Amino acid sequence: MAHGTALEPPQGAGGPTARVPAPWEMGPLALHGHDVDGVNRCVHCGLCLASCPTFSLLGTEMDSPRGRIVLIKSLAEGRIELSDSTRAHLDLCLGCRACETVCPSGVPYGQLIEAARAEIERRHPGGPVRRLFRWLNFAVLLPHPRLLGLAATGLRCYQVSGLQRVLRASGLLRLLPGPLAAWEPLLPRLPPAAARAPLPEVTHAEGQRRARVGLLTGCIQQVAFGTQNRATARVLARNGAEVLAPRAQSCCGALHAHAGEDGLARDLARRTIEAFEAAGVDQVIANTSGCGAHMKSYGMLLASDPAWRARAARFAARVRDVSEFLCQEPLRGPLQPVARTVTYHDPCHVIHGQKIRKEPRALLAQIPGLRVVELSEADWCCGSAGTYNLTQPEMAQRLQERKIAHIRATGAEAVVTANPGCIIQIAQGLQATGAPTRVMHIVELLDEAYR
Amino acid sequence: MPALTEARKKSLRREMEALLGPGAVLSDPDELMVYESDGLTLFRALADFVVFPLTAEHVAALVRLAQREGLPFVARGAGTGLSGGCLPAEGGLVISLMRMNRVLEVDYDNQLAVVEPGLVNLHLSWAVGARGFYYAPDPSSQQACTIGGNIANNSGGPHTLKYGVTTNHVLGLEVVLPDGEIVWLGGKTRDPQGYDLTGIFVGSEGTFGIATKIVLRILRQPQAVRTVLAVFNEIDQASEAVSAIIARGLIPAAMEMIDQLTIQAVEDAFGCGYPRDAAAALLIEMDGLAAGMDEQAARVIAACRETGAREVRLARDEAERQLLWKGRKSAFGAYGRISPAYLVMDGVIPRTRLPYVLRRVNEIVAGYGLRVGNVFHAGDGNLHPNILYDPRKPGEEQRVVAAGGEILKVCAEVGGSISGEHGIGLEKRDYMPLIFSEADLGCMARVKRAFNPTGLCNPGKIFPSRKGCAEAGFASRPHPIEEAGLAQRF
Repeated sequence: MAHGTALEPPQGAGGPTARVPAPWEMGPLALHGHDVDGVNRCVHCGLCLASCPTFSLLGTEMDSPRGRIVLIKSLAEGRIELSDSTRAHLDLCLGCRACETVCPSGVPYGQLIEAARAEIERRHPGGPVRRLFRWLNFAVLLPHPRLLGLAATGLRCYQVSGLQRVLRASGLLRLLPGPLAAWEPLLPRLPPAAARAPLPEVTHAEGQRRARVGLLTGCIQQVAFGTQNRATARVLARNGAEVLAPRAQSCCGALHAHAGEDGLARDLARRTIEAFEAAGVDQVIANTSGCGAHMKSYGMLLASDPAWRARAARFAARVRDVSEFLCQEPLRGPLQPVARTVTYHDPCHVIHGQKIRKEPRALLAQIPGLRVVELSEADWCCGSAGTYNLTQPEMAQRLQERKIAHIRATGAEAVVTANPGCIIQIAQGLQATGAPTRVMHIVELLDEAYR
Repeated sequence: MPALTEARKKSLRREMEALLGPGAVLSDPDELMVYESDGLTLFRALADFVVFPLTAEHVAALVRLAQREGLPFVARGAGTGLSGGCLPAEGGLVISLMRMNRVLEVDYDNQLAVVEPGLVNLHLSWAVGARGFYYAPDPSSQQACTIGGNIANNSGGPHTLKYGVTTNHVLGLEVVLPDGEIVWLGGKTRDPQGYDLTGIFVGSEGTFGIATKIVLRILRQPQAVRTVLAVFNEIDQASEAVSAIIARGLIPAAMEMIDQLTIQAVEDAFGCGYPRDAAAALLIEMDGLAAGMDEQAARVIAACRETGAREVRLARDEAERQLLWKGRKSAFGAYGRISPAYLVMDGVIPRTRLPYVLRRVNEIVAGYGLRVGNVFHAGDGNLHPNILYDPRKPGEEQRVVAAGGEILKVCAEVGGSISGEHGIGLEKRDYMPLIFSEADLGCMARVKRAFNPTGLCNPGKIFPSRKGCAEAGFASRPHPIEEAGLAQRF
C-alpha cells in the first residue's frame, strides 16, 4: 500500500496509523496548563462545518471547527509541531463560537481555541516590537483605567488637533513598524472628554427598586463608547435597577483570554470579582458581548485555583447581558414611539457565547412604532471579532462586505446590535458603501424611546 | 504504486497551482492530516494533495493529470460520510468540491434546480424556500453534508419513507468520467431514453467519476404537516406501533425511532422535549393536503395508543416541530456527550423483524461489554445502532468492529441488507459477501471497469479486500473481481 496509509480495521493498540502514540499513554491532554480534554467530546460528525464563516468562505477544513479541533488535539498529543501553517489556521479562527451553537456533543470550542492561543503565545512570543506592543496593551493600558484614560486623551488630541490629518496625508505613518501602520486608520474616533469621564458610582433606581446591579463599564468601552454606558445606566435605572459602577473595576480580561494572555486574564478576573463583590450587587450587567460571555466563564477560567473556584462560579452565575436583564420583566413605560424600520444583528458572543437570541428581539418588539425586519444571516460574524479586524484584515473585510450586503437588502434605516465592536465594524462598512444606514446599540435605541 | 518523490511532488504541486490558482492546492502534512477521516473516525488515510477546483474543466484536468501520473483520486464534499467512502485509501489526490457550491439555476415552473456538487443539502431548500419549494431528501447531516456526497451515497433521510431516496430526485448529471471526459447523464426531462446511466451513477460512491452539475427535482412544500411524538415504556411496543400504522394503510412521511440512551444524549444537547425515562419514542410526521390531515393524524395517534404508548403528543407549532427534529437529526453528534467515539451501523431489515433484531443488537453489543444507542428510520426498517466505545481503551476498537460485524450478519440472516444509506465505502466492503454472491459482485465489478478501467478513481472501496474474499470462501479460484482486473492476489 502506498504512502504509509492503513485501512484495515484496527488490529492493535494505537489505531491504524502507527506514528500516533496511544493516547492513554500520554496522560491528560493539556496545552500550557489548560486542560483541553474537551477535544474528546468531538466525534468528528461535521455538523458544525456550514455554520463556520471561515470554512464557508474558504472551503478548507483546516479553517473549520472540526479541522481546528483536529489540529489542537494533535498539538496537545504531540502528534504535530506548531508549524507556521497550523498557526495561521488557528489564527484565522474568529472565535465567534457559531460552531458551539450547532454542536450536538457540546464541544467547548471557545475554551479550546483560547488554550491553543495561549500555547501559541508561549511558543512564539515574536520579536521585541511585538512583545513591547503587547505588553503595553495587555499589561499596562487595559488593566489600568487611568493610564488608558491618559492614552485616550492623547489619542483624542492627535485626532482633533489636525496632527492625524497631517500625518495621514504625509505618508509618514508608513514608517511605523508593520502592524501599527495598518492599524492606525482603524482606530475609532474618540468622543470628547465628557463622554469618556467615569460614570457616577451610583445611579439611583426610578420607581420601585427591583435590583441592585453592577455595571461593567469596561476598558475600551468606557473611553470609546462612554455614551453607551451612560445610556445603559439610564435605561436600567428606568427599569428599577440601582446601578453601581464601582471605581475599583478595570478590564474583565476577555481581550487577554482571546489573545492567549491567560495569566493576565486570570489576574483581571480576580480583580473584577473582588470589585463587584465589594459593591454588594445582585447581578453584574455587561453591554459588550465579549465581556459578558467571558465573565460568565470565570468559573471555568479559575477552576484550577482552589481559593477562587467557588467564588468565580458564584460570580459567573450572576452575570447578565443587558438585554437579558431587561427582559426579565416587561419594560417599564412610558416608551415614546420610534417611527423607524430597523434590523437586528446578533453579536457572536451574545448569541453564540451566551445563547441570547430572543431577548433583544423581544425588547425591540416593545418599542411603539418600531418596525423590525429580520436580517439574513443575522447570527453570522461581521468580522469585528474583538481585534480580529486588526489582525486578519482580509477575512474581516470579506465578512464585513457580506454583512453589509445583507443589511442593505433589508432596506432598514438603522441596524441595531448589542456590542461596540460590531458597531464600529458595521458602521465602517456602511460608510464605505455610502449607505445612510445608522448603527446603534440596543440600549441607545431604548434610551431614545425613553426621552 | 511507489511513493511520490519530493521532487515529483513539488513539480506536481506547481502544475496544479498553475491550473487552479494560488491557495487551491494543499500538501502540507498538518493540512493533509485534517482530511484523513470523514465522519467515521475508525479509518484514516493521508492524501498527497487536497485540491480545490472551481469548474468541471478544472476537475477534468486534475483527473487527466492523475491518470497520467498513475495517482489515485477521490472526490470529497463536507466529509460527513459514515463509511470512509471519501478517504484517499491509496493516497493521491483528494478533490474537494467545497468551492463548487452554487445554485446555478432554478426553474420553478418545471420544478427543478441545477446545482454544483459542493452545495450544502439544506442550502438548496433555503434557496427555494421563499417561493414555497424544497428539496425532499433530508439526511440527518443535511445542515452540513453536500449534494455531491448525497449523490455518491444515494443518501436517504427520515422522509425517505414517503419521498424516496436521492436517486428518485436526480434528473441528470454532468460528470467528469475517470478518464477526464465530460459527459451528461440524463438531463432536465423526466423520461430520458437509453440506459439509465443517471441511476447507475447515483450511489456509485465516487467510483464512476465526479459529478460537477446536478439537476434535481424540487417539490412544493406540503400544504399541511402534522408531527406526532409517541412515547413508549417498552421498545417492542414502539416496534409494534410502526407495523400497526403501516398495516392501517397510513403512509407517514417519516417514522423515526429513538431509544432511551439516545434520548438522554439529545436532551443533554438541546433539551428537545423527549422524556428521559422513556424506553423509546417514535417521531412520526404526516404531510400533504390539508384536507383529511387531522383524520390521518388521529388514526396514527390511535394506532400508537392501541400498541401501548403511554403518551402521544402532537407538536403544537412549527417551533416545537423543529425542536423535535433537531433532536432527532443531531442524535449521532450528541453521543459525544456520553462517549468519545461511536461506530454507527446502517443495516436494513424487513420492518416486521424489528423487535427480534433490536433484541439481538442489544444482546450482541452487551456481549462485547459495550453500550449501544438506537436511532433510526423505523418505517423503512433502516437501523442505526450506534455502538459507543473509547478508542483510548486498549482493545475497544477491535471489539466494536467485531460487534458491528455480528449485527450486520443478523441483518443479512433475516433477509435484510448491510447498508441503507451510508454507503459501503471502506467500512463495509468485507461484509459485501454476506448479501451478494460471487456472480453478483462480478457483475458489479464489470460495470465498474466500464466506467473506471484503471481503477484509479476512488480505489479500495465497495469491493471486498483479499481478506474479505477469503473469509467468504471466494478465494479458491480466480475471483470475478480479479478476472475483471480490479484486484490482484499477492
